[in-house]
Amino acid sequence: MSRGSIRTLMLGDAQAARVVPPSGFTAQLTLFVSGAMAFLAVFALALSLSAGRLADRWAEELARSATLRINAPADQRAAQTAAALKILTQTPGIAHARALTAEQQTALLTPWFGADLDLDDLPVPQLIEVIEADPGYDAAGLRLRLAAEVPGAVLDDHTRWRRPLVEAAQSLRRLGWFAIALIGGATAAMITLAANAALSANAQVIEVLRLIGARDRYIAQAFVRRFTLRALIGATVGVAFGLGGVMALPEASQEGGFLTGLGFQGLSWLLPLLIPLLGALVAFVATWSAAHRTLKELT
Amino acid sequence: MGLGRAAKESISNAVNFLPDRCNYPGSKAQVTNRIHTEYIKAGHVIELENVGYSYGGGELLSDVSVQLIPGSFHFLTGPSGSGKSTLLKLCYGALTPTTGRVRAFEADMRDLDRDQMAMLRRRIGVVHQDCRFLDHLPLADNIALPLTVSGPDASQEGSDLKELMQWVGLSERAHALPPELSGGERQRAALARAVIMSPDVILADEPTGNVDWEMSQRLLQLLVELNRMGKTILIASHDLALIRAAKSQVPVRVLRISDRRLQLAGADL
Ligand SMILES: Nc1ncnc2c1ncn2[C@@H]1O[C@H](COP(=O)(O)OP(=O)(O)O)[C@@H](O)[C@H]1O
Ligand SMILES: [Mg+2]
Repeated sequence: MSRGSIRTLMLGDAQAARVVPPSGFTAQLTLFVSGAMAFLAVFALALSLSAGRLADRWAEELARSATLRINAPADQRAAQTAAALKILTQTPGIAHARALTAEQQTALLTPWFGADLDLDDLPVPQLIEVIEADPGYDAAGLRLRLAAEVPGAVLDDHTRWRRPLVEAAQSLRRLGWFAIALIGGATAAMITLAANAALSANAQVIEVLRLIGARDRYIAQAFVRRFTLRALIGATVGVAFGLGGVMALPEASQEGGFLTGLGFQGLSWLLPLLIPLLGALVAFVATWSAAHRTLKELT
Repeated sequence: MGLGRAAKESISNAVNFLPDRCNYPGSKAQVTNRIHTEYIKAGHVIELENVGYSYGGGELLSDVSVQLIPGSFHFLTGPSGSGKSTLLKLCYGALTPTTGRVRAFEADMRDLDRDQMAMLRRRIGVVHQDCRFLDHLPLADNIALPLTVSGPDASQEGSDLKELMQWVGLSERAHALPPELSGGERQRAALARAVIMSPDVILADEPTGNVDWEMSQRLLQLLVELNRMGKTILIASHDLALIRAAKSQVPVRVLRISDRRLQLAGADL
């Protein structure tokens, strides 16, 4: 289609649109379907983007940081911590290693044991935060060396327990996109049905138009314009409601974890605005091909 | 239509000296058409060559050959069910012949693509047996429909809608919906729609089918007037009185379908 005909399609030739009689239920069906589908698409998009953010963040943290625990009798703790730190600074691939202070360790435990916790009462290990460089270190080699020189050291690189979470978040993201594709396909199918119903309800009109010298594109355009505009309007309303729903969800917070992180951030708020355009595009293509299939059967 | 550039220029020069309006509702473009028609006198507007047609069963028409020369006036008669409507449909490309070929304005219809067929139909005005209006549009819009669907460039070439509606005596009925019209009004409206693009040829299928004698005379008058302006006319009708009335005004040839073949009817009419 040329740009000119897209312009006529959108601005519309009022006469051309009137040539085909208004088609009751197909209009409402298209509005409703595209509205409902756009509403669902907003949530699928939110799910996909949030899961994606989570997967990226977890994967990043997972790759970059690890913890070294030193479980040693009180009199050996300081010596073992110093030895471990020395080994860590010598290990290639480690950007930074730092023993947490007593206050920092207390802060980490407060959510679990309450504020009036005295660390000295508990056999809490000394924690060393390890930040990985790029490229990273050889975890197996480091473990061997630590086992030989710092008997109380345990390297916890989070990998074991976080990797499945990252995978879960990634498949959630894929599911979100899959849902969006399904929504697109279902919308196309419904609009094709509605367009076919409108076309066959107007078979007589189409035949008369052909007989008096209307070209296929003129006839098709009368239908395409209608369905495209309806899909655009329906989807805009659906997206508005969907965005309202997403905004009504609780803010992202540390306590809520994943569920409260569902939504859009920053520029990604603009992404749902593409949904009505995509809906209109789907309707355009679906109606265009339905109309051309019908017209081919006429002389 | 095979006109040289020089010829076209001389036509448009000639047109510029003509008054803006003739008796018939028309613009300069219509006069141009008329002169074009005279230029192509050598050729045929529509030509059927050994055409056969069958709807799937036995052959309804066989070995039909006929040529409509520009400015001619033909009647097509034959008993009901003999294939008059079918023959007209072959002439405007609504049906494709099973054998033989149909040419319009020197072009073989089989060679035309869908858009070219649409363009061809703008040059052939058809009055359908059942009129075929869009019932949701007021009469004026129905009559203007060929202009509407042809887009903005064609609007200048067509006739003035008001004048045309006056010519067929339907000015008062412009806002009526087709189902509200009487038989005669429908037939006149169908004729108006057929000529609004100022076509070179007018095919009318039983245009006086369900109207009284007086109305059929009025319709005939309109068709005779169009013929005097150079339009080629083909009317399918089994109304012998109508044919006699036409014969008294213009030179008319009568074709008859009998036994699947087309014959030139003699003086017995
Ligand atoms: N679409 C069609 N399919 C099958 N047979 C048809 C069709 N249209 C017309 N016929 C048959 O072809 C014959 C000629 O029809 P038609 O051309 O309408 O005759 P006329 O106009 O002379 O009355 C009739 O017997 C009619 O039943
Ligand atoms: Mg007939």
